Amino acid sequence: MQASIHNGLRSGSLRGLAFKQARCKHTVVAASAKQSVIREIHEQLSAKKRSAVEVTQQYLDAIAKTDSTVCSYITVDGEQALAQARAVDARIAAGETLGPLAGVPLAIKDNICTSGTRTTAGSQILRDYVPTFDATAVSRLRGAGAVFLGKTNMDEFGMGSSTENSSYKPTRNPWDAERVPGGSSGGSAAAVAAHECAAALGSDTGGSIRQPAHFCGIVGLKPTYGRVSRYGLISYASSLDCIGPMAHTVEDAALLLGGIAGGDSHDATSSGRPAVDYAAGLASGLAAGGSRPLAGKRIGLVAQTMGEGVAPAIDAAVRAAARHLESLGATVEEVSLPTFGQGLPAYYVLALSEASSNLSRYDGVRYGARSPAAADLAALFSGSRGEGLGGEVKRRILMGTYALSAGYYDAYYKRAQQVRTLVQQEMVAALGAGRCDALLSPVAPSAAYRLGEKSSDPLAMYKGDLMTVNVNLAGLPALVLPTGFVPASAEGGVELPIGLQLVGRAFDEAGLLGLGYAYEQTAGVPARTAPLAAVA
Amino acid sequence: MHTTACQRVGASSTTTSISPLLHAMNPMLAPIPFTAAAHKSAAAGRVAARGLSASAHQCSSASTSAPPTGAAPLPRRALRTAFGAAAAGAAHGVACRAAATAAAPAAPSPATGADVEYEAVIGIECHVQLLTRTKAFCGCASEFGSEPNSNVCPVCLGHPGTLPVLNAEMVTLAVRAGLALGSDIARVSKFDRKQYFYPDLPKGYQISQYDEPICSGGRLEVEVDGVMKSFGIIRAHLEEDAGKIVYAGADRLSGADYSLVDYNRAGVPLLEIVSAPDMRSGRDAAAYGEELRRVLRTCGITDGNMSEGSMRVDVNVSVMPRGSDVFGTRVEIKNMNSFSNMQKAIDFEIERQVALLRSGRGAEIVMETRLWDEIKLVTNTMRKKEGLADYRYFPEPDLPPLTVSEDFIAAIKAAMPELPAAKRSRYQSLGLTRGDVAVLCDETATSDFFDAVLALGAPVRQAANWIQGDIMAYCKEKKCGMDGLGITPAALADMIGLIEDSTISGKIAKDVLPELLEGKGNKGVRAYIESRGMLQISDTGAVEAMIEAVLAANPKQLAEYRGGKTKLQGFFEGQVMKESKGRVNPGLMKEVLLRKLQG
Repeated sequence: MQASIHNGLRSGSLRGLAFKQARCKHTVVAASAKQSVIREIHEQLSAKKRSAVEVTQQYLDAIAKTDSTVCSYITVDGEQALAQARAVDARIAAGETLGPLAGVPLAIKDNICTSGTRTTAGSQILRDYVPTFDATAVSRLRGAGAVFLGKTNMDEFGMGSSTENSSYKPTRNPWDAERVPGGSSGGSAAAVAAHECAAALGSDTGGSIRQPAHFCGIVGLKPTYGRVSRYGLISYASSLDCIGPMAHTVEDAALLLGGIAGGDSHDATSSGRPAVDYAAGLASGLAAGGSRPLAGKRIGLVAQTMGEGVAPAIDAAVRAAARHLESLGATVEEVSLPTFGQGLPAYYVLALSEASSNLSRYDGVRYGARSPAAADLAALFSGSRGEGLGGEVKRRILMGTYALSAGYYDAYYKRAQQVRTLVQQEMVAALGAGRCDALLSPVAPSAAYRLGEKSSDPLAMYKGDLMTVNVNLAGLPALVLPTGFVPASAEGGVELPIGLQLVGRAFDEAGLLGLGYAYEQTAGVPARTAPLAAVA
Repeated sequence: MHTTACQRVGASSTTTSISPLLHAMNPMLAPIPFTAAAHKSAAAGRVAARGLSASAHQCSSASTSAPPTGAAPLPRRALRTAFGAAAAGAAHGVACRAAATAAAPAAPSPATGADVEYEAVIGIECHVQLLTRTKAFCGCASEFGSEPNSNVCPVCLGHPGTLPVLNAEMVTLAVRAGLALGSDIARVSKFDRKQYFYPDLPKGYQISQYDEPICSGGRLEVEVDGVMKSFGIIRAHLEEDAGKIVYAGADRLSGADYSLVDYNRAGVPLLEIVSAPDMRSGRDAAAYGEELRRVLRTCGITDGNMSEGSMRVDVNVSVMPRGSDVFGTRVEIKNMNSFSNMQKAIDFEIERQVALLRSGRGAEIVMETRLWDEIKLVTNTMRKKEGLADYRYFPEPDLPPLTVSEDFIAAIKAAMPELPAAKRSRYQSLGLTRGDVAVLCDETATSDFFDAVLALGAPVRQAANWIQGDIMAYCKEKKCGMDGLGITPAALADMIGLIEDSTISGKIAKDVLPELLEGKGNKGVRAYIESRGMLQISDTGAVEAMIEAVLAANPKQLAEYRGGKTKLQGFFEGQVMKESKGRVNPGLMKEVLLRKLQG
């Protein structure tokens, strides 16, 4: 395996790419550089230019204006949000120094438990479920004074890539109401893109933060497995699930990650490694690098994610991004990961096996929807589950149950674990010392597709996860950020965002964000607002 | 394995095709008339599998207290799917009961193990609740007898988003158990999920250890009727307990209006200890169980209370021609709430199987689970095993592998108490008989008390006699252990000392002992006995007789006294006191003596 990776590495610059150095004298930050929304709010609040209530009300107004079209939210709790905002205003009035997230209105994906606020995971079986506890990520944000606007729509239990599998309603892509926002964190992505929140929490099991970020033209970060506590995240696949930030800018994502990262005694799989201030060094790090801020960085373009099967506009956008990274001083090499294609089937076997077990608790006995007419125990179980769970969820539970059954375990689950190990080893090796600092790839083979386009073909939907699932199998962090647009002519009269994916070393979110920040601030990606956004 | 009663339903319950798998569970909530008998036995067995006696019905609907710690959405009526008591009064008969009685009409003799043609093979799976303060994977109290659903939290109720965190104390206890049983302690073991649907299993799976248990191998040396035998241990693994289902409106499923679930026990840590199939008779099995419990209690691993379910045994029994190396068909027996019942159940089962084999009906011995009926003294079919249950075990992704360091093991090893076997040989070296040793070592509380009395200098023989005699009888009467007595070891040692130096007689000691056992002499046995007047003789006639005898025995001194040497009064007082062994009432004695001296 090692040897083949070496063979796959090509020295020198990328084939077909002109090696071009930027020669700006002072700074490479583009005039259109994106400004952090969270920092702007923080500065306004600190300077008493606006109150937290005003900021919150602005977002509630935006939701009122656009969400009947976009459908980002399952639950909006304006009263709670305003109460939280008033508490922040009281602190400001008392002369307190605010943390960066105080008074910042956020949206929370509806599979992350919020004490006292209904948490459905997009499922009918939890339609009336009100948690008695906060997820650790939520309690940390609450402690930091963040404001929670509501809970965002998602594919039921995270099972889907378009948010069409929500049992409540499909969410629309703010760039084109006829298109999906991606999934499963489609509600969070759309809420950010439509300016219905300052930033949002999503969760990522196989790409559920990154693919919607790509579809909606925002920044999404899947942290290293264990970086953010899973306590209170309603499990889909425990060994893959991660909570992460979805935001307008890299700095926003860094600020939000800083608010939720760190070990947790309630999650035995969380890491005790100390979290850092991920936003602190972004601007200064970029400034210190002068015209070549990425000098010495090596970036591997994953060969298996390019070329055939990838929309030409995506392929071109990623190659252009590679050229820009080179212009910032980085070395971009094509890297071959021979096991790459085996990740997707392994991912689905493992994710569905774990899901079949994790979802057993929804039996109608202790909480959640119960079949009203159950005449006996069998009917109570099968009725509650049959009525409360959606079709895709049932399909995945059945497949996962099958994979774990006696006689099939070795062929499916065990084999998939072996593949997972190979995929992980290969990715970690490619990111090893003296090798790449990050891997570059598209996020998905296409931009946002139309509602209904793939919902009748589960396999086609699963295939769309090809470029993201390996990152979860390997447990690595990955950042998605906007890199451009599919021209209107290519996609039926509407410009659609394109994201690029950067995969980093385990627990090196800071390095990954620094890389993303350098790209974001210099690439000159047009700062456009989605047509459906209230502030357009 | 634990909870074998639970049929796998799996995620496929989203389809209608799972209903056949579920049929045996129906009666838990729905005593459906058409198959009431079979269902009833399945239901009762399920309870038995959890180590409950049928008397667990005392939790009525009223006992479902307020929703637990903020668990707002918990239905108050945990399982109150109100079904009619359609099967009330349904027939009690179960098919195999008839077969069993027909084949083995005579009551089984205890000598089944000695059958010349056949021999039995017995293995035991024993679940013990570990004596931790909190549950296995959350911070709830792990205790018996609390108000239903009071020791619960989102984690042990399996709420969405919750995660297990391993209790370090349960690992300590498992390692201690492994060391006591001579097991290999795995430096790395892991947890797995055992999956099935049941209302008492909040997550739809039990966190257990499947293929990498914390303890492997081991051995227990047991004396069975004077013969030392060695029984192997295959493994011991950690897991969590399930909740408890109780019936409202009746003492069992049939007739019950509805069922309720108490999750206080859900998540309580268990250690499942699996023996090798090394036992050959009910007596072997009982001796193994008793010694196992003794070892575990000595080490503070469990309280081993079978009636409260903190120790639960499932036995596997098969019979094969003597000398064969192929085991017969294995039958599992559950629902035994004492070792004596376990012994009876095994002996009955052996006899039943032997009788079937003898009469050429060996095919009627099938893989099944049978329940011990302690009233009728028979085993009855609970359910047939239709193929092996598929629990779809897979590694628990919420818990990293459990690693145990050398230092951790060394620290536990250094703090190990004296094990029963070592204690027995120590007692034998003190000159005690095997009988004494067996009685004194049966309960840790007894041997602890005995050791404490010896440490205060009491002679071995006397201490052993008092403890095995009056004190044990007292405990039996009061239904308490020796750690439940009011008396301190020091008080008993003092009492024995008073006998030794003839301050009190054995008779007096016997008389005063019940009071001492209540703790009345703890501040000073002698003072207490004196204060109780038990030292004194105050009967005037008796004192007169005693004084007359003293005067008669000392005519010379009496004459001198009467001659004017009145200070000899002290001499006579001393003599009387000596004669009464200190028990005479001094005031009365002086008065009578003076009268008698003056003639």
